[in-house]
Amino acid sequence: MTTDAPWTGRKADAVDVVVIGAGHAGLAASHLLSRHGVDHVVLERGQVANAWRQERWNSLRLLTPNWQTRLPGKAYAGDDPDGFMAVPELVRFLDDYAAGLNAPVLTETTVTRVARNGDGYRVSTDRGTLQARAVVLASGACNRPSVPGIAGKLPDTVKQLTPFDYDSPDDVPAGGVLVVGASATGLQLATELLRAGRDVTLAAGEHVRIPRQYRGHDIFYWLQRCGIHDERYDQVEDLARGRRLPSPQLVGTRELDLLDLNHLAGLGARITGRLAGVRDDTLMFSGALRNVCELADLKMQRLLAQIDETADADGAPAPERYAPTQLPGPPVLTLDTRRDDIRSVIWATGFRPDYHWLDVPVLDRKGQLIHEGGVVASPGMYALGLPLMRRRKSSFIFGIEDDARDITQHLVDYLRWPFPESDARSSSWAGAASCRTTQESVLSMNNG
Amino acid sequence: MNQAEIAAQNGVNVEALLGAREALTAAPEAACFTWRVASEWKNGTHAESSVESFFGLGEEQKHVREYRYDTDHPEIFASADKGSTPVEFILVGLAGCLTAGIAAVASHRGIRLHSVTATVEADMDIQGILGIDGDVRNGFNSITVDYRVDADASEADIAALVAQSQKRSAVFDIITNPTDVHVRVNR
Ligand SMILES: Cc1cc2nc3c(=O)[nH]c(=O)nc-3n(C[C@H](O)[C@H](O)[C@H](O)COP(=O)(O)OP(=O)(O)OC[C@H]3O[C@@H](n4cnc5c(N)ncnc54)[C@H](O)[C@@H]3O)c2cc1C
Repeated sequence: MTTDAPWTGRKADAVDVVVIGAGHAGLAASHLLSRHGVDHVVLERGQVANAWRQERWNSLRLLTPNWQTRLPGKAYAGDDPDGFMAVPELVRFLDDYAAGLNAPVLTETTVTRVARNGDGYRVSTDRGTLQARAVVLASGACNRPSVPGIAGKLPDTVKQLTPFDYDSPDDVPAGGVLVVGASATGLQLATELLRAGRDVTLAAGEHVRIPRQYRGHDIFYWLQRCGIHDERYDQVEDLARGRRLPSPQLVGTRELDLLDLNHLAGLGARITGRLAGVRDDTLMFSGALRNVCELADLKMQRLLAQIDETADADGAPAPERYAPTQLPGPPVLTLDTRRDDIRSVIWATGFRPDYHWLDVPVLDRKGQLIHEGGVVASPGMYALGLPLMRRRKSSFIFGIEDDARDITQHLVDYLRWPFPESDARSSSWAGAASCRTTQESVLSMNNG
Repeated sequence: MNQAEIAAQNGVNVEALLGAREALTAAPEAACFTWRVASEWKNGTHAESSVESFFGLGEEQKHVREYRYDTDHPEIFASADKGSTPVEFILVGLAGCLTAGIAAVASHRGIRLHSVTATVEADMDIQGILGIDGDVRNGFNSITVDYRVDADASEADIAALVAQSQKRSAVFDIITNPTDVHVRVNR
């Protein structure tokens, strides 16, 4: 039985597909579903590109160059292909894209619960409910800053911030600041704070050091050209590790080639190892800093050597050589928040998805979605935009197209499939078995 | 498996390690181990410790036999020197752990090892333990491990081996990161 669902602008509350989230992933899914003629709606708790509007800092520019900023059916058309977009420009790009979609994007509509119901899902929102045959989780991989448990042990004298609380150095109280995390976020915020004259300590765990440009091209050009970004999830050696990889130490500007620990130390930062413990006012840092730097240097050399094979064949300019990470003297192992005047800590320790509304048993014990290349472990449920979901590029804007094509194709095949359970009841056992096999093979998605 | 592959395993059972990793990913409870040492004061600064049982894979386990270790202080501290100092034991643990890691990683990467030797040095200002200067810590100020690795691999690959073994080493982690230590007195 169907009822009116005026809040959706639709006649009925049943829809084939609900897409949750109107970031680039959900919008790309909508674009492709329309191309397949699939009936769907996109639900978004805020406005289109909500994460970019609400959760980024002011000075952020994309890490990926403009020429690479593209979605299915839309490419960058500006006059600075080698530049890096600031956030407002990307928001306009995504707004334009959303305006060109056929399906309704229902903004200011928060999904509060998704549960299995019959052959599909009941999708509850703060404005009403929908019954869907299939659901695409495009709600983002970075909904919450992940903050380690030791945060709870910091003394009250230290103000704690996450990148979600940070817009500019003005948000950070006077006095010394400890930035925890040496990925893109940590290094960018630390640099900005140093330039604003702040006393900055940077706690560095494992990190990914790469140059902005190499042999005449942006590093993202090479990662694509060498096929690294296209490497598939079922080909990478250690998938769990690949999915945990922190973002590379990069910033969207041509002016700086290596945003690395050497650069930060040069600007006056105190570099320590990972923040490993807190005892009263004492912060304790790992003594493994040398090794994480050595690992990062070795990995950078290995990546550049891999690029060299292609670059040599392409006749690219001679390779640049980079000095190893140089740590000034033995690393600091402890700091006293009072004596050393650490007044604030910024947790640049990564982000994680938030699925508290997902009432379907598809999360593992660490709260991560269980899926095979984006095909979630519940029939008719799909994901998009997760790290290394189907390819190394899965979490990037330019990476969504191939994934969204695969996923929508799988979804369309799933919707077309006559419901096997009702068929099976009326047919022979053999028929039921073959039915199941076909559905399983659809679910296992071997479209290499 | 051909001869070269067998040799490249360096006596490490790579399949078993990978199998264990897979099994423990599926059953993380079984990955919780408890290690034990029993220790008894002998005389002076001499103590004898023994190791035999441990808990892991969900049940009690035993080494193939009991191992005994003496710790004492050297004669310059007016001790009987019945064994190495406890701090040297830490270094024994570090070297043992890193070297085992190098062998395991090398085998996993198909690198044949010919020889792996290490010297470990740790600096300590004993004004700390003697309570002469409260600003001096009791423990090591720094530890240096020097490896010599002869293997069928490039210099960069050997450096990567040694770096990776630190990344996966329990003792390296124990030494470089703080640990909650609870010393109780029982009747
Ligand atoms: C700091 C930072 C910098 C980045 N820089 C780049 C870059 O330079 N280049 C690049 O290619 N990628 C970059 N990324 C990665 C990636 O492109 C972004 O994370 C991007 O926002 C992901 O898009 P998405 O559509 O998957 O998710 P999101 O943009 O997070 O969109 C998900 C949407 O779902 C909505 N939503 C969530 N839960 C609900 C709910 N319960 N109900 C309704 N709606 C919901 C959210 O409001 C949001 O609008 C960056 C990421 C971060 C965090």
